[in-house]
Amino acid sequence: MTRKGKRLTLIGGAMAVLGLAAGLMLFALRDNIVFFYTPSELAKKQTASGARLRIGGLVKEGTVVKNGQDVNFTVTDKTSDLAVSYTGLLPDLFREGQGVVVDGVLQPFGGFRADSVLAKHDERYMPRDVADALKKQGVWQGETK
Amino acid sequence: MIVETGHYALVLALALALAQFAIPFIGARLNDAALMRVARPAAITQFLFVALSYGALTYAHVVSDFSLVNVIENSHSLKPFIYKISGVWGNHEGSMLLWVLVLSFCGALIAVFSNAIPDRLRADALAVQGLLGAAFLLFILLTSNPFARVAPAPWEGRDLNPILQDPGLAIHPPLLYLGYVGFSIVFSFAAAALIGGRIDAGWARVIRPWTLFAWIALTLGIAMGSYWAYYTLGWGGFWFWDPVENASLMPWIAGTALVHSAAVMEKREALKVWTIFLAILAFSLSLLGTFLVRSGVLTSVHAFASDPDRGVFILAILGFFIGGALALFALRAGALPVGGLFSPISREGALVLNNLLLSACCATVVVGTLYPLALEAITGEKISVGAPFFNTVLVPIALPLALLMPIGQMLAWKRGDLAAALQRLRIAFIVGVVATAAFGAWYGTPFLSIVTAGIAIYLVVGALSDLALRVRGSSGRASLKRLAGLPLSVFGTSIAHAGMGLTLLGLAATGWGVETIVAMKPASFYDVGPYQIGIDSVSPRQGPNYSEVYAVMAVRKDGATLATIEPAKRFYQARRMARSEAGIVTLGLGQVYAAIGDSHEDGTIDARLYWKPLVTLIWIGALIMAIGGGLSLADRRLRIGVARRAAAPALEPAE
Repeated sequence: MTRKGKRLTLIGGAMAVLGLAAGLMLFALRDNIVFFYTPSELAKKQTASGARLRIGGLVKEGTVVKNGQDVNFTVTDKTSDLAVSYTGLLPDLFREGQGVVVDGVLQPFGGFRADSVLAKHDERYMPRDVADALKKQGVWQGETK
Repeated sequence: MIVETGHYALVLALALALAQFAIPFIGARLNDAALMRVARPAAITQFLFVALSYGALTYAHVVSDFSLVNVIENSHSLKPFIYKISGVWGNHEGSMLLWVLVLSFCGALIAVFSNAIPDRLRADALAVQGLLGAAFLLFILLTSNPFARVAPAPWEGRDLNPILQDPGLAIHPPLLYLGYVGFSIVFSFAAAALIGGRIDAGWARVIRPWTLFAWIALTLGIAMGSYWAYYTLGWGGFWFWDPVENASLMPWIAGTALVHSAAVMEKREALKVWTIFLAILAFSLSLLGTFLVRSGVLTSVHAFASDPDRGVFILAILGFFIGGALALFALRAGALPVGGLFSPISREGALVLNNLLLSACCATVVVGTLYPLALEAITGEKISVGAPFFNTVLVPIALPLALLMPIGQMLAWKRGDLAAALQRLRIAFIVGVVATAAFGAWYGTPFLSIVTAGIAIYLVVGALSDLALRVRGSSGRASLKRLAGLPLSVFGTSIAHAGMGLTLLGLAATGWGVETIVAMKPASFYDVGPYQIGIDSVSPRQGPNYSEVYAVMAVRKDGATLATIEPAKRFYQARRMARSEAGIVTLGLGQVYAAIGDSHEDGTIDARLYWKPLVTLIWIGALIMAIGGGLSLADRRLRIGVARRAAAPALEPAE
């Protein structure tokens, strides 16, 4: 192979691999990202049901109802509420009044069906906009560090 | 008093770091040997002072000196001794101090093991290392002082985050930092080479052992962290594509590419510019990781506290070093002698392809990690980019890479013969196809797991057939003798590649795992994959700084009890936090994994039960990769960086 041929092979190979990677990324970014909202953002957005979403907020006091493996609770940011249903084991740090992030699908007739529930490891690790929303309303209790 | 000594030692270390930068750097410009000689003692003394400071903080934690803010917030008098020691780095200030300790340790390593390298290269490298140290020491002293006092001192501390109270944490961060920060050595040498303007195969020989050293530590650190997440978080997951995890994966991928491109540079004097660039990139990604974790941009278990000042400071350090190195690179790269071009079908051609694919992987992880941050900063829209994104992009890049790995091993330098290489891999191909068919027949679905597992088996067999083929033709003792005569780096390559294959097999097998969530009644057994699990008893127990409810579960197969496991749910009084302790038993290469939840009045207890076939291979494979790296590191031909004076002529290009 000539020197020019070798160089072209190298450049061509590089372009092919990078093109493939870029294409895959664009494809994946279109289909596989999940938007993160607080309940009040969700209320404003009028998101279509069936969309995969991630919701962050606090577990509203006195709303956790367990029925065997089925759990219903309300996620709040003290402005808007969202009813969430979930089947399965809750994480260790799941408690009323604590930060929580739920992944799942918005239901056609309201409410949110979660397929995973993540409790924040510590109140300090609360989603930032939830913390901001709480601070704004003067109900923030965490350390202001 | 000891605490003040620690604080003072840190200030002295900063002064030394500045001296370590300025004096040798000026010396190298003036070609003054006496000034350049300052670098080594300065680096070693700087390390000793940082170590003294670190020791003082450890002492304060061990004796529970609650007059220190750092100890109050992260310790408790009842905390077990080992967590008092590991708790030192279980918080922002302490972990930054560990970071700097490792950085100065790396500087000391360069100083001690650099007899065989040119004086000016050594002086410049240590100067850059000193500048890095100074920047981070300043960061600690100005924004994250671990020695801050408080008066009056409280009687009791707030305890360490329970999730961090685990033996895994005692090993994971130091190892990870050794890898992360270990790349600073390579970075310093790259910057030094650019400053000095001399870059040749000898330089590649200098950095290769250091790259391997950092890569091994990072491999082990990531594997350890992933196993720790697996058994402490109670969901049975080992990788969450959390940005902080990605932060460690990015330098690992760049480092892997660097190990391979440095080999090309060393043997063929090619890819010089690219290798220098990777050397800068690997540590830049480590710095980026530090920024992501330490700046409070992310909310994560790894992000201890968010403080905008710290973020800006680290961003400034990041901008200065990455920007500076890249500017230097842009300035000098054009003037570098261009290495030879080479045939695409050759060992170096294969390594270039490896670098391309690894770069694509690395870029994917960078985009997936930074895109959500950038989007939030620009539009305020919050998104999460998780496993679906990374799987979609990485699988089609990583699988071809795995297919190419043994082929690359079979190709000769300069001019390879593809047909012959494929011919020599026929056994691996056959075994791979048979394995794919067998997995398909046994499990049926999912398709991706079956294909990946087949490729993984092919990779293991292909990587090892290189060793087998090298001793072919002689029998018994003669072949053993030939095997023993092979250079260690040949073993290193084969073993590291085989380790990658095993990890891949473990990852593929996650598709065959079984998970059930049940409310377990006493004395009844529940099917989990091929096993049955039942509860013998549930009782409370008191630990040193926690109370727990633990279940004794029997794991049975065909009526015979194979093992008992004790999953527990712990409650830590000081932080009022709960944490799962998974019950795990390894059966063959798979694991039965159980985590318990709430107990109910009717005597049942919620439990998650998993059967995870071949899951241990994920970490065993990583361990084997690290062993392969260690063998390469031990190869005498590569030991330029740690060689005695007698080995000095080895600076000439090999072969």
